[in-house]
Parts: sequence; C-alpha cells; structure tokens
Amino acid sequence: MPSPGAPNAEKSDTRRQGVTDGRTLLDLAVSARCGGRILAGAQAPPPVEPGPPDDTVPQVEYTGVPTGAAYLDAATAAPLHPVAREAMLAALADGWADPGRLYSAGRRAAQLRDAAQALTAELLGVRADELTFTASGTAAAHAAVLGGLSGRRRAGGTLVHSAIEHSAVLHAAQRHAVDAGEDALVSVGVDRLGRLDTDAWAKAVAQPGVALASLLSASHEAGTRQPVAAAAAACAAAGVPLYVDAAASVGHEPVPPGWSLLTASARKWGGPPGVGLLVVRKGVRWLSPYPGEDLHRPGPVGAADLPAVVAAAASLRAVLADAEAEAARQRALVERIRATVAATVPDVEVIGDPVDRLPHVVTFSCLYVDGEALLHALDRQGFAVSSGSSCTASTLRPSHVLAAMGVLSHGNVRVSLHRDTTADDVDRFLAALPGVVERLRREAGL
Amino acid sequence: MTITLDCRGQRCPLPIIALAKKIRAAPVGGVIRLLADDPAAVNDVPAWCRMTGQEYLGEAADGEFLVKRLS
Repeated sequence: MPSPGAPNAEKSDTRRQGVTDGRTLLDLAVSARCGGRILAGAQAPPPVEPGPPDDTVPQVEYTGVPTGAAYLDAATAAPLHPVAREAMLAALADGWADPGRLYSAGRRAAQLRDAAQALTAELLGVRADELTFTASGTAAAHAAVLGGLSGRRRAGGTLVHSAIEHSAVLHAAQRHAVDAGEDALVSVGVDRLGRLDTDAWAKAVAQPGVALASLLSASHEAGTRQPVAAAAAACAAAGVPLYVDAAASVGHEPVPPGWSLLTASARKWGGPPGVGLLVVRKGVRWLSPYPGEDLHRPGPVGAADLPAVVAAAASLRAVLADAEAEAARQRALVERIRATVAATVPDVEVIGDPVDRLPHVVTFSCLYVDGEALLHALDRQGFAVSSGSSCTASTLRPSHVLAAMGVLSHGNVRVSLHRDTTADDVDRFLAALPGVVERLRREAGL
Repeated sequence: MTITLDCRGQRCPLPIIALAKKIRAAPVGGVIRLLADDPAAVNDVPAWCRMTGQEYLGEAADGEFLVKRLS
C-alpha cells in the first residue's frame, strides 16, 4: 500500500506536466482574485507581431460580400471581440474537461470556470455564487422566469411583465400559463416611445398573488431604456422580486440596481454565442424548472462550454474597459442616423425615445415597404440589418414590441452598431437607404 | 359617402398601399371602409392615419377599419 503522500505527489506531477501545462492557462500569480492569465491578458492583449502578408487568400471576397459591406445587426449578435477569440483558443486546451471531476484535468477546468465566474461576477458587481453561466441568453431567461415563479409558488402564481419583453421571456410566461392559466399573466403596456407605464406597473405588482415581475432593462427593438429603478421600487414596496432581462444593456451601459434576478447574453457584447448569464441574488427564492440534483440553486444544465464561458468573461472585461467612450461614439452615430433618415426618406417614422435610449440601437419604419424586401435589398448592397416586420418573423405576426408601441410595423428596420462600426459604414448606409426605399415604393406603384 | 376597399387575403403593406392610393377617391370628410384580415393591419392602419394626417375612426367590426379623409 503506498504511503498517503505518494498519490498526491503523483497528482501534482500530472498537473504540472498536464496536457497543456496548467501554468500556460492559469497563472495564479498574475491575479489571485481573477485567477487566469487568459482572463488577465484580456485587459491588455499582447501585441501581435505583424507577420508576412498572407498571400494564401486571393484579393477577392470569398464569401461574396460586396465591397463596402457593413454588419449593422449587433443587437442580434455582435462580431466576436478579438479578446474573446484569443481567450477561447487558449481555453480550448483545458476547457474540455469536466470541472466536477477530481483528477487534475478536471481541476484545471474547475480553475478556469472559477476564474471566469469570479471575474464576471466582479464586473457585474455581484457575488460569484450568485452567478450561473447558461447555454444561451434564452436559456437564462427561461430559467429566470420559470425558476423565479416556482420559487415563489407559495406567494402566488401571477407573473407581471411588460408588453415588450423579449420573446424568450414571453415564451417562458406562456409555458407557465399552461399550468397556471392565462389569468396568471399580467401584461403592462408601454407608451408610443416604448417606455413602461409605471403607474399601471405599480398597481399590477401590488395585487395579491404576484410571484414575479419581469422588465427588460431597455428595448432591444426600439432602443428605449426602461424605468428599472422606478419599477424596482414598486416591486420592493409590494415585496415582489424583479427579474431584469439586461441582454440589451450589459456590455454597453450600466443596469440600474434594485433587481432580484438578472440575465444577459454574451453574444450581445462581443462574446461568443452560446453563453448566457443568470444572476439570482442571495435570499431570492428560486426553484429549478429542470431535473437535477440541486433544485434550489441555479447551475448549468449539463456540461457548460467552458472555452466559450472563459471567452465571454474575458471579452466582457475588455468591452467594459472602454464602454463609456464606445457608447458616446455610437450614440453620436445613432443620432446621425435618426436625423438623416428622417430628413432623407419620405414617409418614415423613427421610433423609440430620442434621448433616453441605448447607445447602439436605432429603429425606423418606412411606409408602403415590405420589410423582407427591404432587408434583402439592403443585403444585396452589403448591409446587414434586422426587422420587426411581420413578414420577417416566423409567425407572420408583426413584432409584439412595435404593436405595443402602436407604431407602424411594416417596412421596419433596426440598425445596431458595434465597436467596429465606423462613421464611414454609417454614411454609406445612409447614402444607400433612400434609393432602396424609393425603388421598392416605385415597384409597389407609388 | 363610404368607399369600401376589400383587401382581405393581402399581406401588409399591400392593404396600406391600397388605402394610400384610394384615399384621394374620397372627398375630404369622406370615409373609407377597409376590409383587411392581415394581423398587422390592426397596427398599421391607425399608424398610417397618424403618419399621413388622416383620422382613424376605429374598427367597425373585426377586420373592418374606418378611415376619414382629412386632407
């Protein structure tokens, strides 16, 4: 029988020699708190030596993207931040192992996970054990709504939500209504600018039997910020936990405090797709809607994509480092779009609050134009935008957000900017748009 | 005098385009009765009225929109 010391020595040897050498990934000396060189490196990526020119790619666009193309749909998914790419590649070496296992490969994975968790929690201003990484922003929203409702079952079964919640939230609400009945859902309207009716909200959350209230931080479709602080105060007065879907805001601007549950999505800030965040504050009752061992604490459903989680954490730090300056720059571009579209396109309505809004999202609707045709016409010129028009949705129904605001639902275009969007991109889009709209209207016989 | 415009079976924006073309056929103060069953019409008929300065009188029945020409 070996002495008690032997296996340990063997383990630590394995760890040192490990597949990738733990030190490459996690140099705890760099940052004891955040724990990772990958994550620490995110703040100041090492300079890349300019190599010889890449002559393996011919001077043609192999994807068929026209010159002058501009990706303007960051509110769906922002292009991957270079730090995210770098962190993900580095984390692939150890991120494959199961962090729940006790052998050295598992421990290295656990170190990665813990470092990513600690860093992200710190960036969000929450405790590490309040944060869970999920498989997507949608999965996080489902867990927040269904888990938040289940945890408060004894208080009641009613969910109060804004009429303009993300469809992921509304789908979870519909699932709840299958058991609890349609009466269990109370939708609170918004004004023409897309801002919550706070009086109606306060009345709704004060009713008996409200288990949870759900309000997004800002509309991903109209860009209008929501009165989170006022909504949170009403919830606190009524003793109702508030869930804030902050997917549109995190990485762009701070979210007001006062919430009990919060979710976000990494691809909205330049992190990889397939990573969502769920924060459940201490003392908030939450009961897992999924089968599993620990039903009272959120955890990933199945194995988390650790390299993606590490990339999400690293990119969030990088993005937040210059978020204020980026927001100011994008806000100026959005203002230019709002003013120019209104001036150069006839019969157009620029929607959402002109001032109290997200820095990077702008939406307008053009009369007499089919939204899908508009998207295709813009795509042919290389501009990627999205639309809330019915013909572009799978349901053939207009966006519930545009409907709740009472604004035109056809001919709708949402432009959303990211860190790589230049003033030139915006100007080229603004130069192309009036002609595209005019041609489509002419084809319709107007 | 009420002009009826039957746009049932048409998808938005076609009913709105038809409405825009037909509004001049009504005298100022006249009413157009638009029949449309596209779900987006509920949203878009009042929005069109607001954007073009016409008066939306409401839905007389499900899918029957009344619009008064003001200008």
